[in-house]
Amino acid sequence: MPDSNVNKSVIPITAVPARGGKDDDEVMVSLYAARQKIYPRSVSGLFSNWRWITVWITQIVFYGLPWLEWNARQAVLFDLEARRFYIFNLVLYPQDFIYLTGLLVISALALFLFTAVAGRLWCGYACPQTVYTEIFLWIEKKVEGDRSARMRLDQAAFSAQKLGKKWLKHGLWIAFSLWTGFTFVGYFTPIRELTALSLAASLGPWQTFWVFFYGFATYGNAGFMREQVCKYMCPYARFQSAMFDKDTMIVTYDEKRGEPRGPRSKKADPLALGLGSCIDCTLCVQVCPTGIDIRKGLQYECIGCGACIDVCDEVMDKVGYPRGLVKYSTQNGIAQGWNTAQMIKRAFRPRVLVYTGILVAITLAVMVSLFLRKPLKVDVLRDRGVLARMVEQGRIENVFRLQIMNATESTQRYVITVTGLPGVTIASDNEVEVLATEVRSAAIRVQIPPDAATPGSHPIQFAIRSVGDESVEVSEKAAFLVPR
Amino acid sequence: MSDFTSEFWHYYVAGLTLVSIIACLILLWISGTTKAATHADNTTGHVWDGDLAEMNNPLPRWWVYLFIITVVFALVYGVLYPTFGKFQGVLGWSSQGQHAAEVKKVQEAIAPIYAKFNEMKPEQLAGDTQAMAVGERLFMNYCAQCHGSDARGARSFPNLTDGDWLWGGDPEAIKVSIAQGRNGVMPPLGAAVGGPEDVRNLAHYVLSLSGSPHDSVRASQGRNNFGSCAACHGMDAKGNSALGAPNLTDGIWLHGWGEEAIIRAVNNGINNQMPGQSVLLNEAQIHVLSGYVWGMSNKAAN
Repeated sequence: MPDSNVNKSVIPITAVPARGGKDDDEVMVSLYAARQKIYPRSVSGLFSNWRWITVWITQIVFYGLPWLEWNARQAVLFDLEARRFYIFNLVLYPQDFIYLTGLLVISALALFLFTAVAGRLWCGYACPQTVYTEIFLWIEKKVEGDRSARMRLDQAAFSAQKLGKKWLKHGLWIAFSLWTGFTFVGYFTPIRELTALSLAASLGPWQTFWVFFYGFATYGNAGFMREQVCKYMCPYARFQSAMFDKDTMIVTYDEKRGEPRGPRSKKADPLALGLGSCIDCTLCVQVCPTGIDIRKGLQYECIGCGACIDVCDEVMDKVGYPRGLVKYSTQNGIAQGWNTAQMIKRAFRPRVLVYTGILVAITLAVMVSLFLRKPLKVDVLRDRGVLARMVEQGRIENVFRLQIMNATESTQRYVITVTGLPGVTIASDNEVEVLATEVRSAAIRVQIPPDAATPGSHPIQFAIRSVGDESVEVSEKAAFLVPR
Repeated sequence: MSDFTSEFWHYYVAGLTLVSIIACLILLWISGTTKAATHADNTTGHVWDGDLAEMNNPLPRWWVYLFIITVVFALVYGVLYPTFGKFQGVLGWSSQGQHAAEVKKVQEAIAPIYAKFNEMKPEQLAGDTQAMAVGERLFMNYCAQCHGSDARGARSFPNLTDGDWLWGGDPEAIKVSIAQGRNGVMPPLGAAVGGPEDVRNLAHYVLSLSGSPHDSVRASQGRNNFGSCAACHGMDAKGNSALGAPNLTDGIWLHGWGEEAIIRAVNNGINNQMPGQSVLLNEAQIHVLSGYVWGMSNKAAN
């Protein structure tokens, strides 16, 4: 019973009209549907202001940080080739990745904490997807006009003016994206050097690739995909239900107050007409960047941006009703009819306090650890080809290789001493010089007098101390072998 | 490069790969033509356990396009790189080729650093701090596994710091040792010497040559049998660096000290090998290394 309207040789991507299936209201729809472009209406208000503040803060940090200098080098630089990660005065080795782990744990716990308190603050305010979409929307608005103007332009016939506007918009988008990609690569190759290379058109192959790839990702995600990322790709949307509880502040439509909805004269009394506060202006739907209707209740697409709150408050002001028809509230708050003070008191519940406690503890631990970190690392490798040697006067000798990693930005001299067996000494040169941020492999010969120890393996300790700074000292275990 | 003896397997693997990729497209097409009955409330109408319903939310169209792009990518990749059986791919990529390219890239990058070392003689290199730092790192990577991190060796691996050279201690001889390797062969001469008692006597004679504790009676009896040794070690037992025959009159015993060790050497012979490093190191690196090794036993020229 194929429908003649359907072209069978391509994948049908439109809904097929009802053909009288088992039930009257049954419609056969295909598994795929085209995206309906969303034209968010502009909004101003408290939450909109906060969104723009976070946009400015995050972007000033992202675009500004690579330009800062420290010690005649870039302050924040991840030198992948040399495997050194510079963050202001810290020189981090790959062995220091534990701090990155700590940072990620802190980020995760912080996420759990503020999501439990006030919902999807990350999504609405700080997520790069939201931030870049906002910037790109702002550019789009400046070029194409407000919501209705944009919708009209898209539906308008092809014209020179339309083409010009589209080209200008995409041109600005692409320029911004390339600058974003360029800044991203600037964290890995010093950005001033990158600028010079770009102007001379001699960027390396990988740098070129990443500038364009990251730029393309920015352009694609913020220019086209927008809420599709939030709705289909990002896992955060899906597991928010695990992070929320009944006391989480979420964007709520006060159904009891708002329903039944309907238009009415401004001077009329809504109660007399049997209407709720909602005048069904649908502005809350028009401003929503993910295109949902918050009046249906909390949905997984809602990114908690608060635009609907801002616009509804504005409308309520205009019709002279109290604000808060759409507001931040909690499930318990709505059910029990709590006021704001009571809801905020619930913010100090056990779950939140436990998250806060663990977060503070781990943050302190990471900070203290970083503060007390010694800029010296040593690994002791015993020579395997040479188990033990007997040398002059019957002394027993073992050879070790010490990998000494200097994590400062100046040349250091280190003194090596050894303890653990009677009469144990270092027979080779025991002072080693290591250049800034370099690793040096030093061969150290350790000797004991004859009969100082029984045959077998004996634990010894190496102490490596910086000549310039006595507090920088590292102790490493090793084993001394005495042959039978 | 196929390791199979029959061509069949090549076609089998290539065919399966191609069929799988196309099967993905077919799967997409089939699922695309499938339609689901949807009611006004966006559910399929089936209800389980009283109130559990299944919704039909359409997947976005861009997802379909991305899927198709991945299939196209797979086919293009299969043409360019080794994917379908033993077909090498139009770009001719191989992991050996990539490795060779990377080695070449590194050699070109380090050539300028070595350029100035090439001008210097090994004796001068031994006095240059930067050359010695490079030599130390090369030594640690390529030589230390056998000769020890401190270059003082172990049994059967020579001590490079003692000034004693089996094959010659001038820088050119050291360079040949490093680049091409050496193979020190002492043939088993137990039968040529005589019986076990003769060998033991000979061992004591050899011990006497270096002033080590020995049995004088046995030594004087062993002296007569030294003839078979003199061919390589010299009549004066001072060794022959052209053959790698050690000096028997010094205190250095590479393969072990004492009567039993000497008897073992005479009876079983010795076959000691230093592997040549020219497969791993280029000439400039070996030049620096020879300066480094020479410098460990000698004072540098300025």
